Amino acid sequence: MEEQFAKLDIRKNENIVYKRTDLLVDRPLSYCPGCGHGTVHRMLMETLEEMGLQDKTIGVSPVGCSVLAYDFMNIDMLGAAHGRAPALATAIKRMWPDRFVFTYQGDGDLAAIGTAETIHACNRGEHFTMIFINNGIYGMTGGQMAPTTLPNMRTSTSPYGRDTNIMGFPLKMTELVAQLPGTYYVTRQAVHTPSAVRKTKKAIRKAFENQKNKTGISFIEVVSNCNSGWKMTPVQSNKWMEENMFPFYPLGDIKIDGVLVTPKAETVKV
Amino acid sequence: MGELRLMKGNEAVAEAAIRAGCDGYFGYPITPQSEIMEYLMAMKPYETTGMVVLQAESETASVNMLYGGAGTGKMVMTSSSSPGISLMQEGISYMAGAELPALLVNVTRGGPGLGTIQPSQADYFQAVKGGGHGDYKMIVLAPASVQEMADFAKLGFELAFKYRTPVMILSDGAIGQMMEKVELFDPIARRTDAELIAQCPWAATGKPKNRDHIIITSLDLDPAGQERVNLKLQAKYRQIEKDEVRYEMISCEDAEYVFVAFGLSARICQKSIDIARAKGIKVGLFRPITLYPFPVKQIAELAKKVKGMLVVEMNAGQMIEDVRLAAGCSLKIEHYGRFGGIIPAPDEVVRAMENQIIGG
Repeated sequence: MEEQFAKLDIRKNENIVYKRTDLLVDRPLSYCPGCGHGTVHRMLMETLEEMGLQDKTIGVSPVGCSVLAYDFMNIDMLGAAHGRAPALATAIKRMWPDRFVFTYQGDGDLAAIGTAETIHACNRGEHFTMIFINNGIYGMTGGQMAPTTLPNMRTSTSPYGRDTNIMGFPLKMTELVAQLPGTYYVTRQAVHTPSAVRKTKKAIRKAFENQKNKTGISFIEVVSNCNSGWKMTPVQSNKWMEENMFPFYPLGDIKIDGVLVTPKAETVKV
Repeated sequence: MGELRLMKGNEAVAEAAIRAGCDGYFGYPITPQSEIMEYLMAMKPYETTGMVVLQAESETASVNMLYGGAGTGKMVMTSSSSPGISLMQEGISYMAGAELPALLVNVTRGGPGLGTIQPSQADYFQAVKGGGHGDYKMIVLAPASVQEMADFAKLGFELAFKYRTPVMILSDGAIGQMMEKVELFDPIARRTDAELIAQCPWAATGKPKNRDHIIITSLDLDPAGQERVNLKLQAKYRQIEKDEVRYEMISCEDAEYVFVAFGLSARICQKSIDIARAKGIKVGLFRPITLYPFPVKQIAELAKKVKGMLVVEMNAGQMIEDVRLAAGCSLKIEHYGRFGGIIPAPDEVVRAMENQIIGG
């Protein structure tokens, strides 16, 4: 009893250095413990809170693990059909040009079934933000091979490893959209360490600042783990991600202010 | 009297959309309806009413743009022809599930597959029975003239918002391409954002402090919840079936036999009535205007009064199933159809009535 009072006593405004943003709904996340989705959700909602955009933002959630993103983000949202989020966002932003619009998609959604919608929204230079979580696997449906699955990587539909002779090659969607004149800011980030998280948040902030100036698409890939789908512990999966995903999907900015920059093969140590 | 113009059906529906206060058109070129987007682009409504007109990368993208716009309460439309409408079934099902208002114009052509670019009515089943996955209906309006192409754009938007449901104008290549006199209704101003937010409290427009966040979705993973969604949809459909049936009856007062036909086929049957009556055969026409909701009671009533019905369709026999269900087994009901882009001639339809119903 005394201990509880002592805790409450500490919770004074002047003592609070960090708290959950009100833009995250107070309910348990549906993500597996160790997954990066929750962290990206938080960075995204913190950014909108800091910029005062809750009442001006319309988000679009995908099909996949983050299908229920609208349950966790305390903003108006639409749930798209698989891969179609950029089409929804295109119409929303065109008809509500003063609203801030973003899509939130995984790799199966954005880079397989939604490839056409992704490329054409980027190529038209729509003025919204695209957030792309790449964990190289279909998590929600139980760990099938994704367009971003690495060569020789085992999934439930490539149980002996991705044989590129039969199954083709992983798709670097982010490098691809960076080539299009309609993209303005293209970056690849991660959320597995505190410094990576800070960089991701900075990128999200930059993307929403860009929307104010109607610059075209800001595209943020977040390379993330899927410890459940990869059949690893969260710690193992982050290590595996650093050793295998980052060499193929190097972190860093690819295009800034409409200008291509040389991607740095930046690896962040745990 | 409204402004009179000589227009193609495709142009009339496009002009009517601008006048109805449409906020956005999203489409993809396909014959025989490309004039709709061409007309809109030429008229530049984005400079006058502020209506957005966007050529999408596919019909799949178009219909999902529709879903996005509709989810924010905007008055949105698309148009396509049969193969393109097949691609749109995904979005139609999602919009029905999420209860979103939208107008789709289907200027049909012959199928299956790539088929032909000539007119056909072979997409009746697809439009009326679902087409996409899940238990849903959409209101289907069947214009038989260029005038109705214009009028139904306005009516379609009204019904879409009244019931928060997708509405389809099921036209065909002939109605879309032919030119007729049209009386256009006076333009209605587009709603301001404030008016939209007041009229559509369900729409995702940006969350103010004083209300909960709005989620537009058709997903409910809890079976009990999803059953409630379905029951709500079904209750809405029963209401639509009760209140929104539209039809036309021509020369039915003394008719011994009737044609039952929609859209272009009904126009042909009007001429067939003249030919038949000149021969002394008392023939009338029953024209369903709403294909869903189908005029079940009216056809049942008519079936008690006449000796036979010939269902004339430019397909292999689709609406006839609904006519037979409505009329029961008390009288002779047969189908006459041409396919693949062939338009039946009025005298050929009269011969079919004589051979299949009167003498058959």
